[in-house]
Amino acid sequence: MLMKLATDFMGWIDKRLPVTEAWNKHVGQYPAPKNFNFWYFFGSLAMLVLVNQILTGIWLTMNYEPSGDGAFASIEYIMRDVDYGWLLRYMHSTGASAFFVVVYMHMMRGLMYGSYQKPRELLWIFGMLIYLVLMAEAFMGYLLPWGNMSFWGAQVIISLFGAIPIIGDDLTLWIRGDYVISGATLNRFFALHVIAMPLVLVILVFLHILALHEVGSNNPEGVDTKKPKGSVKPEELSKFKFHKQYTDKYDIVDSIPFHPYYSVKDIMGVAGFLILFCWVMFFFPEGGGYFIEAPNFTPANSLKTPEHIAPVWYFGPFYTILRVVPDKLGGMLLMFAAIGMLFALPWFDRGTVKSVRYRSKLHLVNLIQFSICFVILGALGTMPASPTANLIGVITTCGYFGFFISLWFYSKNENTKPVPERIAD
Amino acid sequence: MKNLIIAATFGIFVGLATLTPFSASAAGPSVPVDKANNDLSDKESLKKGFKTYINYCLGCHQLQYQRYNRTFTDLGIDEADGIANYMYTGENPGGHITNTMPKKDAAKWFGSTPPDLTLEARLRSPDWIYTYLRSFYIDESRPFGVNNTTFKDVGMPHVLQDLQGISTKDEYGKLSPAMGGTLTAEEYDVVVRDLTNFLEYVGEPNKLERKAIGYWVLAFLFFFFILTYFLKKEYWKDVH
Repeated sequence: MLMKLATDFMGWIDKRLPVTEAWNKHVGQYPAPKNFNFWYFFGSLAMLVLVNQILTGIWLTMNYEPSGDGAFASIEYIMRDVDYGWLLRYMHSTGASAFFVVVYMHMMRGLMYGSYQKPRELLWIFGMLIYLVLMAEAFMGYLLPWGNMSFWGAQVIISLFGAIPIIGDDLTLWIRGDYVISGATLNRFFALHVIAMPLVLVILVFLHILALHEVGSNNPEGVDTKKPKGSVKPEELSKFKFHKQYTDKYDIVDSIPFHPYYSVKDIMGVAGFLILFCWVMFFFPEGGGYFIEAPNFTPANSLKTPEHIAPVWYFGPFYTILRVVPDKLGGMLLMFAAIGMLFALPWFDRGTVKSVRYRSKLHLVNLIQFSICFVILGALGTMPASPTANLIGVITTCGYFGFFISLWFYSKNENTKPVPERIAD
Repeated sequence: MKNLIIAATFGIFVGLATLTPFSASAAGPSVPVDKANNDLSDKESLKKGFKTYINYCLGCHQLQYQRYNRTFTDLGIDEADGIANYMYTGENPGGHITNTMPKKDAAKWFGSTPPDLTLEARLRSPDWIYTYLRSFYIDESRPFGVNNTTFKDVGMPHVLQDLQGISTKDEYGKLSPAMGGTLTAEEYDVVVRDLTNFLEYVGEPNKLERKAIGYWVLAFLFFFFILTYFLKKEYWKDVH
């Protein structure tokens, strides 16, 4: 009786909105390669952290006061007087760092298995746009506690735009809404942080997933699991039922429906992630001074510069690239070029073999040197400048750009291994 | 594949290890500090620290984000007792721990307005506070005749001089007592430790609760992880 009622109700809905259809297409009957490994947890984890940021953000907004006079005190009000306000705030601040950890791992996965290669270029671009918006979102959010590091961090970054010839000064004025960083800047950053950026972020995530489902998921082997229609013997087809949008066009092999197989696996990933996340959040919410920097426990003060202005750790790599160039404008251009390189990665890589497992030793070495350089660049970004640090910075910056440039040269005629037709059991 | 992960992890560790010598000043104060070894769960110590704060510090340094009654509850002070023995400024017990010092005049008297200390322990660390309050020495070139080895040219006089006495600094920067106070050096350290303890509490009143909840959450998550592991295993039987 109850079952029938539920079926009738869904039928009524489906005639008006294709809910069941969308569920099947994207979840219940979406073919995912069966060999996803550890690195494939980070996509769903990024979604989890996004939801965490949005929900805790909404509740924080209920008690936060976006004004130069009230912002700092309202954070302490949340920490002390709001029931479990401290928990919401730490979930949000730890979540910001966790977001970048997860996104960096997710990007590393893409690099390792060639998930940016044809036909997934647009998917990669959407991902990079998400990363870019995420950085803007994090930067603006960091001003909101109105601590002294918030203030001086924003001061340093916004003043960079002043290095642009001709329009520089007007541009910084336009961004700040004042001649100095002030309550006006705080208010506009608040508006952008809680409405504009999250909205763009959610739309981009939606497009990222749609684009993914259009081209299909890559896998650690880089083997195509969508074979031309009619090329696979019926007994070798995947035994699971997939949505006809996929089976009409292709013969699907070595795949399993996303739900329930990857949904249960991702729940396990979520549990593992939450152990680490909660361990940091409950026991080291300041993240050793890297997640919440100590000078941020004193209110913004335009007359008192912190001893050492350091960006939050996740901006580290780009901040170092900016600093190694003695010229401000040159540094800024190089920093944007560093992000531009990532955008253009699908075209730097002229190879056809996707996974590092079947590519040359040279590519493996290049990938390892790139990740090491990236981590060192990040670490340097949080440290004060010194001649030695600068030298290491120059070397690792070369390593960063060298990854892309050398890739363009060797990928055309790379000495790759034969890629198997199918995913082995 | 495993080799790649191992190689990359190894490389990252080597990379970070080479950077460690430079990171000393990345976080935390640059002057060496002594360990405070204070204990947040010691309510008697917190109460004594609170009392010392009210008697010696509050005149200049507010705790403008912390409320009296919250402090009473957390420290186990009965409200009537709290009003009688800890509140001298005639505020409402629900009010914040503030003073009435005029800010502009204070800036003239001391060179800058004495800062609010609610978050001092989070800004500089409890160890720093513990060391700072034990590092005053005679320096006639300063307006109040004292200087501090932890906070050079600080604008503040040695408020606890009655208790500690005062030290002189030799050419190597080592402090030695020149004049004793009402307390012995060991007794003074205890007073400062209690005060430091109180300031760490005020910096984050929920710290103990946070950790207590944290253990339960982690215990649950471990259990949940095991459950999800077996759930996954059960479902994936069809795949293999």
